[in-house]
Amino acid sequence: MELSQFIMQFVNGLNVGSIYALIALGYTMVYGIAKLINFAHGDLIMVGSYGVFYFYTVLKLPLWIAIVLAILLCVILGALIEKIAYKPLRKASKISLLITAIGMSYLLQSTFQLIFTANPKVFPNFINLPALKLGDILIGANYYLTFLISIFLLIALNILVKHTKVGRAMRAVSQDAGAAQLMGIDVDKTISITFMIGSGLAAIAGILYCCLYPVVSPYLGAVPGIKAFIAAVLGGIGSIPGAVLGAFILGMVEVMSKAYLSSALSDTIVFSILIIMLIFKPSGILGKNLKEKV
Amino acid sequence: MLKVKDLAVKYGMIEAVKGVSFQVKKGEIVSLIGANGAGKTTIMHALSKLIDYEGEVFLEDKNISKLKAFQIVKESLAQVPERRRVFSDMSVEENLKLGAYLNSNNQEIQSDMEKVYKYFPRLSERKNQLAGTLSGGEQQMLAMARALMSRPKILLLDEPSMGLAPLLIKEIFNIIQEINKNGTTILLVEQNAKMALAISDYAYVLETGKIILEGSGKQLSDSQEVKKAYLGG
Ligand SMILES: Nc1ncnc2c1ncn2[C@@H]1O[C@H](COP(=O)(O)OP(=O)(O)O)[C@@H](O)[C@H]1O
Ligand SMILES: [Mg+2]
Repeated sequence: MELSQFIMQFVNGLNVGSIYALIALGYTMVYGIAKLINFAHGDLIMVGSYGVFYFYTVLKLPLWIAIVLAILLCVILGALIEKIAYKPLRKASKISLLITAIGMSYLLQSTFQLIFTANPKVFPNFINLPALKLGDILIGANYYLTFLISIFLLIALNILVKHTKVGRAMRAVSQDAGAAQLMGIDVDKTISITFMIGSGLAAIAGILYCCLYPVVSPYLGAVPGIKAFIAAVLGGIGSIPGAVLGAFILGMVEVMSKAYLSSALSDTIVFSILIIMLIFKPSGILGKNLKEKV
Repeated sequence: MLKVKDLAVKYGMIEAVKGVSFQVKKGEIVSLIGANGAGKTTIMHALSKLIDYEGEVFLEDKNISKLKAFQIVKESLAQVPERRRVFSDMSVEENLKLGAYLNSNNQEIQSDMEKVYKYFPRLSERKNQLAGTLSGGEQQMLAMARALMSRPKILLLDEPSMGLAPLLIKEIFNIIQEINKNGTTILLVEQNAKMALAISDYAYVLETGKIILEGSGKQLSDSQEVKKAYLGG
């Protein structure tokens, strides 16, 4: 069945894309507001997944409590990382920030390796909803749930950023932090909130990712993290719609190239797209030409 | 209203402002004039705590030198920064809402918006237009309107005339006087000394980070020194 095969892959691409989108939003929002590539962001995916594994499988807490706790854990961790590692460096050079971010990523990975060892753990399978039947195509519950939850979160985030006071403050700080302060906006608090939102989304993305690929390891965040980062750059780092668009393009390209070309070449194709983009339009699909602000 | 004592600012090794003291009395328009690079913007940034400084600043007898930038706005000091710095990717209305960021009473925000639209009718016709697409004069008006949305007791204006045509400058200066008449104290920074002195109750002349002269607007416009250096003879 050529067509049903294609539809399956398409659904798959949408799923991978929506997970990348949730992660890419964290990169792009944090970059927009703090002009920082938070390389530890990908590892929060891992923290969120271990959170559910620990609270649900080990402590046997009810599922929804385990999920809420895992998300909270990431939100708090995200805020702490910002406060301890990045805030003292706000006036430092870009390269110091970058090195700190990479260091933070390794720190998280090794901490979780110390706690949980390097042996992968099996992520609990807790979705027991029926599959969706479209003619002779079956779409598993984890697939359509991932997609629906991501879309819901993307819409909620869009409303938050566009139509609330917090969102307006976030946009103001990312456009001109000095002018934002003249409005009475607390820049530190706004940056903190941005890290918290990004980290919460990363936690959810991590949980959804593990519903599709149910294995948790300390390095779990590395691959989806870097892919989402590429998506954010592709879409134009700093741009929220850009990150979402970039993520869906990337997810689709990855899945389709795996299905119809070769799974070995899939990553090569993804990275080539990034390189071509960086050569011809370094600011990304929806990105603006970056100007420095005083 | 505003008292500044021995304010000094350094950028690394460079002393941009070398201990200046001045005051702005309640209800007055006071201006700070000086050539490009004299340190005017640096003083304005210091007063809003966009940069750190030495010395002390009192707002209605309260020492505000230790406050953070966003807390100073709470003390009813607002600034229209040099080059406007409107949020260009946001609409006129969103810019105004940001000006009212510290006010959580929506009814007050609405009525304040009506008020600022009365000062600047042109903005009300462009409510939903992105600020970045406004002309220079309109952006200046938006920056002023945005600052007024925080209900300031004292308004700092940094070169409102910059890059504007003479007719527009006149319009802007008329509005500044009107805002002042309605009860807002004004500290105005200008390179355009003639216009500034004409509307000022009192003025200070700044040269390479120091105040070298002060007096009423009239005294300074008549002074030989000022005429020679800033009013073109
Ligand atoms: N961010 C900065 N870093 C270093 N020097 C600066 C900076 N901003 C201003 N200066 C210097 O401080 C002095 C005063 O500048 P400024 O306050 O902008 O003057 P004005 O507003 O009167 O034109 C100038 O010599 C300027 O070069
Ligand atoms: Mg200046």
